[in-house]
Parts: sequence; C-alpha cells; structure tokens
Amino acid sequence: MPLQVSVVDRAGAGAIGVFAFVGSVAAFGARAVVEAARPPYELGEIVRHVYQFGYRSAPLILAAGFAVGVVLSMHTRASLERFGAEAMIPAGLAIALITETGPLVAALLVSGRVGAGIGAEIGAMKVTEQIDALEASAVDAFKYLAVTRIIALMIAMPLLTIMMDFAGILGGYVAEAAVSGMSWQQYFERSFSYIDYSDIIPATLKTVVFGFLIAAVSSYLGFTTTRGTEGVGEASTRSVVMSSMLVIVSDVILVKLIFFFYPQVSG
Amino acid sequence: MNAVRFDHVSKAFGTQAILDDLSFEVPAGRAFCLLGRSGTGKSVTLRHIVGLVRPDSGHVFVEGRDVTTLAGRDLAAARKHMGFLFQNAALFDSMSVGDNVAFPMRRHTDWSDADIRDRATRKLADVGLDQEFDKMPADLSGGMKKRAGLARALALDPSILLVDEPSAGLDPITAGEIDALLVKTKQAGTTLVVVTHNIPSARVIGDTFGVLHGGRLLATGAIETLDASEEPMVQAFMRSHGGG
Repeated sequence: MPLQVSVVDRAGAGAIGVFAFVGSVAAFGARAVVEAARPPYELGEIVRHVYQFGYRSAPLILAAGFAVGVVLSMHTRASLERFGAEAMIPAGLAIALITETGPLVAALLVSGRVGAGIGAEIGAMKVTEQIDALEASAVDAFKYLAVTRIIALMIAMPLLTIMMDFAGILGGYVAEAAVSGMSWQQYFERSFSYIDYSDIIPATLKTVVFGFLIAAVSSYLGFTTTRGTEGVGEASTRSVVMSSMLVIVSDVILVKLIFFFYPQVSG
Repeated sequence: MNAVRFDHVSKAFGTQAILDDLSFEVPAGRAFCLLGRSGTGKSVTLRHIVGLVRPDSGHVFVEGRDVTTLAGRDLAAARKHMGFLFQNAALFDSMSVGDNVAFPMRRHTDWSDADIRDRATRKLADVGLDQEFDKMPADLSGGMKKRAGLARALALDPSILLVDEPSAGLDPITAGEIDALLVKTKQAGTTLVVVTHNIPSARVIGDTFGVLHGGRLLATGAIETLDASEEPMVQAFMRSHGGG
C-alpha cells in the first residue's frame, strides 16, 4: 500500500509540475504578445536575430532537408513499386514533405540548434547579472531579450521550412534521377501536380506557432536559470527537450485545425 | 537635499530576513559607504535603489521620487539618472568593450553614431581603456572589466553611481586605481553609494559610512564616529584591514 501511495504521489506531483510549467510558459508567452505590440519595437534586434536564427541555420536545414528527401524518395519508391505506381513518387514525396515532414523536421532541428542557444545565452546572462545590468541601464530586458527572439523565430521558421521543403524535393529528385533517370522538369511538374496552395500555406504557416513555442520556452527557461553554470547547461538541455515536446504536441492540434478549416487537405 | 533615502525598508527572501527596518540618507554629491560582512544584505540594499528589488515594506526615495512605486517608463526614467557598477562588472559578453560603453548612449540619446563612438572612447580613456575599444569582455582581465564596467556606468553622466564591491577580487594596485576613479567621479559632483567590506578602500572613497549587520545599521556617520563606536561588531570591522 505505501508503495502504491508513493507512486500515486509521484505521478501527481509530476503532473502538477507539468501543468505548472505549461502555465508559466503560457503566461510568459502571453506577456510577450502584449509587449510586442508596445513601443519600442526593437527592430534592429529582431533583424539581428532573424539573421542569427535563419541565415545561420540554413546550412543545417538545407543539408538535413536534402538527406530527408533522398531517404523519403527511397522509401516511397519501395512502397509504390509494389503497386506499379512509380510515376506517383514525386507527388507522394512532395505531399509528405510539404504538409508534414518538412515543417516538423525543420522545427525539431531549430529547437535543437536555436532553442538550446537561446536557453544557454539568456541563462548565462541571468547568472552573470547581465540581465540586471540591462534593467539597471533602463532597458526592458524581457522585451530586449525575449520578445525580439520570439518575433525573430516566428519570422525565420517559415522561411527555414520553405528551404527544408525545397532541399527535400531536390534530394528526392537526385535519388529518383539516379534510379530512373527522370529529368528535373518532369520531376518538378509531377511533384506539384497534386499539390494545392491549401497544402502549402497552412502547413508552412503553422511553423510560425512552432517558432513562437521554441523561442518562448527557451527564453522562459533562460530567464528562470539559477545555480550558475550548471543551471545554464540545464536550461539549454531543457530548452531542447521541452520545446521539441511542445512542437510535437502542438503539431497534432494544428493538423487537426488545418483539416477542419481546409477539409480538402485531409483528402 | 538627499540623493537617496531609505525609509524603514524591510526585505525577506522566503523565511530569511535580509533587511530589517533599514533607514538612512545619502546627501547629494557625497559618498556613502555601506560596510558589512558578506551576506548581510549590502548588495540587496543597493539593488533596492535602482529598483531591481522591491521592499516588503518601507520606501526608497531617489532624488525625491519613491522608486518602490515606479514601474515601466517611470522606473526607466529614474534609472537613467543612475549608473550601476556590478561586482563582476556584468559586461554584455556579446558586445565589444566599446559597444558596452556606447550601449546606454545608443538606447537613451539621439546622438549620432560618430558622436557616440567619440564619447564612448573618451569614457574609456577616463578609465585607461581607450585602446581596448574593440576587444571583447572575455579578453580583459578582472581589473580591466571592472574599469570598463565603470565606464559604462558613467556613460550617461549619472547623478548617482551605485558601486557593488569595487575592489573585490582585485590586486591592491588595481583596487587603488578603481578607488581613485571613484573619488574623481565624486569630485565631479556624482553621488556615490558604495557597498564594500574593504575598510581601507572605504576610508579613501567615503564621506559617510554605515555598518550593516543582521539587516540593521549598527552605526552610521563619519569615519571618526565609526572608529569611536563601542559596538563590538563595528569595532571589529573598523579595525580590520579587510582586503578585497
């Protein structure tokens, strides 16, 4: 009996901890939305972060997208060959890539590269009193550090997703051309023959939400860092774990919403 | 006129009382040194002045304004009159030394870039670091970081300078240089509130003094008053040579 109580206690405490964390992040994110609408708008910082998050993540996104395209192409070929539907490979790959694989993989890669960076950078600023120094310099540290990063990642995320989709299609073409010798023009036409704007736009725009979640969670963990360098490492790790988890959970909800508002997407 | 006035300020973190009904005044243009052992709430006192910490009860007046009731733009406006030198300098490590000093000017003035660079260079020259303008904080020694932090704190020529442990972790010569810079700043008319446990340093900088212990001021006044105090803790403290 004591063992059962202990398990229930621990499960309950864990659940409360998760709810408390999500609640705190939600309050943090809501404050960011309110503050984003108030001047000063910190455009210089936003542009700097878009460059940092977007341009400097591009090589990783392009390389990963290309590899995902190659792998998806090989799997799609293996599946469709059984039904004699090899001609559908480009379209099948493009649909999978644009509607789900591209946005989700891009978000998970960004949560690893950018989320960890945000958590560590703001966390280090917290433990070395740099955030206090900003406040003492009459600068709103929340706005300067968190809001600018959240807005920047909301801008960068769809752009990175488009890069991921393009690199994936290119990778798919290279894999397909190696097997069947299909031309780029033919591959491209077949890729987009079954794709509509309602496939591309909602799937790409949902990554704005991913960008918000990754930056908000990572900034929150940075701002709440304690215990010196150990805390900075923990903030960085937790930023990746928590933002990846929230991206995946929110993806389920967003896909459901997309199907609701664009029934044709669900087929 | 008082530049800073604490009026019955109390502060606790959780169950631990840090400040207990603390009251003192710092006249404008004078240097007040808050002395005390480590962990007695000296830095927390300093943070109350710039509004980084709010009291549980009591009020903190800065140039007549109650900073405990200020928020947002009003608090930011009050902070623009203050400079804060943190114990570890707290330089922004993503910016060069020059950009650190230029940062408050870029944020709060409409001066041209050339003008800001010129003024930042002069501020760095005042602390002997004008050759380090383009270096990153990580490339500086502890003493140089402190001097750069002082240049940043003085970037907007504040009327009040708050200094947290100016000589902590520094060799005696560098500590003496920092002390000399602070005296020079005071002579230019800036009010200083300096937190330290280094008595020789405090004797150089301060006009009035307070010894903080257990969240309360055991003694306040001129150095002669503290030297003559019969309070054992004050006696022990004032007779020490407490290095940084």
